[in-house]
Amino acid sequence: MRKLFLLFSFFSFFWACVLPVNAAIEVYQFDNDSQQERFNNLSDQLRCPMCLNSNLSGSDAPIAADLRAEIYEQILDGRSNEQIIDFMTQRYGDFINYRPPLNSGTFVLWFGPLILLLAGLLIIWRMGKNSQKLTPSELTVAEQQKLNDILASKK
Amino acid sequence: MIPELGSFSLILAFCLASLMVVIPMAGAITNNQLWMSLCRPLSSGIWVFMVISFACLAYAFLNDDFSVNYVARNSNSLLPDRYKFAAVWGGHEGSLLLWVLILASWSYAVSLFSKNLPLDILARVLSVMGIILVGFLLFMLLTSSPFERTLLNTPLDGTDLNPLLQDFGLIVHPPFLYMGYVGFSVAFAFAIAALLSGRLDAAWARWTRPWTNAAWAFLSIGIALGSWWAYYELGWGGWWFWDPVENVSFMPWLVGTALIHSLAVTEKRGVFKSWTVLLAIAAFSLSLLGAFIVRSGVLTSVHAFAVDPARGMVLLTIMLIVIGSSLLLYAIRAPAVKGSASYTLTSREVLLLINNIILVVSTAAVLLGTLYPLIHEAIYGEANRVSIGPPYFNTIFVPLMGLLAFALGVGTFSRWKKTSVVYLKQQLSKVLIASLAFGIVIPVIVTSEFNISVIVAVVLAFWIVFSIAKDIFNKTSNKETFFKGLKALSLSYYGMQFAHFGMAVTILGVCLTSHYSVERDVRLAPGDSETIGNYEFIFEGVSLQQGANYQADRAVITVLRNGDEYITLEPEKRLYYATQAIQTEAGIDVGLFRDLFTALGDERGDGSWVVRIHYKPFVLWIWLGAIFMAFGGVLAITDKRYRSKKTVKQSQNESVLSGSSSSKPTMAAES
Amino acid sequence: MNKRALFIIPGLLFISMLGLLLFGLGRDPNMVPSALVNRPLPEFSLPGLELDAAESIALITPEDLTGGISIINFWATWCPPCHIEHPYLVEISESEQGLSFIGVNYKDDLNEARLFLEEKGSPFKKIIVDLDGSLGIDFGVAGAPETFIVDSFGMIRYRHVGVINHQIWEETFEPVISSIQ
Repeated sequence: MRKLFLLFSFFSFFWACVLPVNAAIEVYQFDNDSQQERFNNLSDQLRCPMCLNSNLSGSDAPIAADLRAEIYEQILDGRSNEQIIDFMTQRYGDFINYRPPLNSGTFVLWFGPLILLLAGLLIIWRMGKNSQKLTPSELTVAEQQKLNDILASKK
Repeated sequence: MIPELGSFSLILAFCLASLMVVIPMAGAITNNQLWMSLCRPLSSGIWVFMVISFACLAYAFLNDDFSVNYVARNSNSLLPDRYKFAAVWGGHEGSLLLWVLILASWSYAVSLFSKNLPLDILARVLSVMGIILVGFLLFMLLTSSPFERTLLNTPLDGTDLNPLLQDFGLIVHPPFLYMGYVGFSVAFAFAIAALLSGRLDAAWARWTRPWTNAAWAFLSIGIALGSWWAYYELGWGGWWFWDPVENVSFMPWLVGTALIHSLAVTEKRGVFKSWTVLLAIAAFSLSLLGAFIVRSGVLTSVHAFAVDPARGMVLLTIMLIVIGSSLLLYAIRAPAVKGSASYTLTSREVLLLINNIILVVSTAAVLLGTLYPLIHEAIYGEANRVSIGPPYFNTIFVPLMGLLAFALGVGTFSRWKKTSVVYLKQQLSKVLIASLAFGIVIPVIVTSEFNISVIVAVVLAFWIVFSIAKDIFNKTSNKETFFKGLKALSLSYYGMQFAHFGMAVTILGVCLTSHYSVERDVRLAPGDSETIGNYEFIFEGVSLQQGANYQADRAVITVLRNGDEYITLEPEKRLYYATQAIQTEAGIDVGLFRDLFTALGDERGDGSWVVRIHYKPFVLWIWLGAIFMAFGGVLAITDKRYRSKKTVKQSQNESVLSGSSSSKPTMAAES
Repeated sequence: MNKRALFIIPGLLFISMLGLLLFGLGRDPNMVPSALVNRPLPEFSLPGLELDAAESIALITPEDLTGGISIINFWATWCPPCHIEHPYLVEISESEQGLSFIGVNYKDDLNEARLFLEEKGSPFKKIIVDLDGSLGIDFGVAGAPETFIVDSFGMIRYRHVGVINHQIWEETFEPVISSIQ
């Protein structure tokens, strides 16, 4: 049944998972608040492999529920965030991670904006410098004299 | 008969648009006044036929004419009338019709408010808009006519509008968004007309500014409405997901913001002209990219229309022709454009350029993040797909916005040509001390914790607000009374300050909501309660309610504040009859300083329900900021100097007096 | 640098973006790649589903799947596309005797699964019961039906999402199978 979700593509202007438009609402009991927060962060960061574009916490597709349950159990088992993300990417690839890992393939993605920003600021700096230099500043004394001469000679 | 009339009107509009491309442009080239002056009646003719066509589709919807395929797919006899009307733009074909109607309206508006525009410029502008009209009308007539009939079996009833769209949001969000998107076509057309005529001067910038402001204000509201709609409709309490379709609406806004600032420099100082033209082209190009991404299904988005690569090909062709030729024209004409004025590193010119750099880099980052899955796949093959989502965008985008907020404060005090460093330091040090003091002390006292990212955001918000306040104070201090001083300031100055204030408001909203929201998913039986802060939520139970075209489980949640009864929230879970789709309706108490958000989940066997309860501080401020920004944009348009030619000189003098610009009017100094 | 060249950059960027979008039009945006291709089968030890006696629960492990090419099919009775592809699976399992078809009954009601197979015939040599979907997660499955091709060394070679029919079998499965034989 759930496969059919991929066949339908409803249109809306903003956010929604394809057929199950309800965000998932479930109850998980944690030992402490930091576990709860880790659970929220992980299910926000990992992508539902079945939906068009939503994270685990925003989808009530069955596989999203399964994966949330998996995260929950692994958190209770005391596994770290890195271990849980590794577990997921081993099975579903980098596709499941909304935070793409930094490697040669994503270098431009992560550092492109910074490089562009620095390049832009550098260009502005040089333009400002040049513009100052080019400024037809006040005429020098000698130039003024020359101008006066020219004007005088015309008379 | 009516749908055929609509179809026929589309064809007539197409014919007139074709004429509008050719005749006024030929007139402008051969200097034939009559041919040029035809652009006005042509644009009104196109507009009239587009309105007729749109009215025909609306009529078909309101009268349940299910023999029209598009109506049958997007409506149902049980659908309330207001949604039947909004369903006109609920699918690909109809929303394209709205897109073209709005494009025709903008070009009609240009012809109406063009009294002081030279005829040859108007002719070129409308001719360029005609090209876009022709492209999209052809697209609609060939592949996406909303008037197509189902020839054989007319269905007895329609399959209904997607329940997700049966909401007030559908009525207001798309028109505003499209007004914004499509509105950038005016700035685009002015840019192309200026490149064609070779008159890229301060006058061009002045004509373009109000149109850009208007489009930008619409887009600000449109994006805010979409975000707000997602927030209350989808039951997840989020308001932005960096989905490709959200991003493509955001990119024109970012570039449009850059354009507004760069136009100010070009108008006042006559510099950066070729850069400004490029931004004008880019803003509309990104709008077209948006249309492509939403309608081609090239990227995985939750909002895409039904995937159809054929439509994608047509749109790609339109983009190639419209954007490709304008960038070619740019490459040929722009190098000849010379800026003459000089400026220093601390001038307002350079600070506005820094604003432009930050905004353009932000746009580039959003574009890169949106398209990167494609780039990655093109290089590494489809077995290695990556996902780019909120963690990436937030990491890149948030620091850039911080930088922008900082530059905004500095820019407020800057002067054209040259700002004395001593003066800047003197002004900014006071603002800095005040914003640091307020920005650190208030969050620490209120939350009794030291959260560095919250403090940075609050300091920046105060930095903006205090800069504005100090600047207004400076500009009024030489007048006899404060209020006389306030009256002397120009509307465009107020517009600027309102928009900047809006940015501070949005920064606060985004930061405080993200950090201090309390989100609980709890299981409650009737009588159970959950407490967040000084609010206690008592779950009274769930009852079955009948709606017009759905039935709903409606929960009643009584909220106590400090033990006193405060409000009753009624989140619903609806089952729509026609589509059998389930849809949540959040129960929200909207407040200036916090929202109480409740959504209903599933029933558990023992009569208890899973309920989502959120406490979201300052969430309203996100959209409030956008309203301030849009209001600022509108204020700036109403400034006298845009109104007529005769008052130009006078208002310029006024604006110099009022201090909205410290440069002398440079219009005459151009060209 | 020639100043004129600067003004060509926007056009070049636009053209390369257009090329990228054209490339994008030709792909399926919803395909989810598998991280398990060319990796060994995950570890598992799960009960099998016996059609007649509910009693006999023999545990199945990856070792039971080596020694020949296997086709592992995740299916469930609650999944309509599984009903659609079932007759073809029965047909192809009969004609392709060299392949061992292994079913994974995914998050299903076992009695309904038995009834379903009794009624419509079973294409499967062995059926693994994955009640809670944990084997599905280990295989990186997003739903049902999904089908994996595993070579004789227990390496996963291919993953197919969605219904299998004659055309898909000929166009995608056969080339993979003949390449690993």
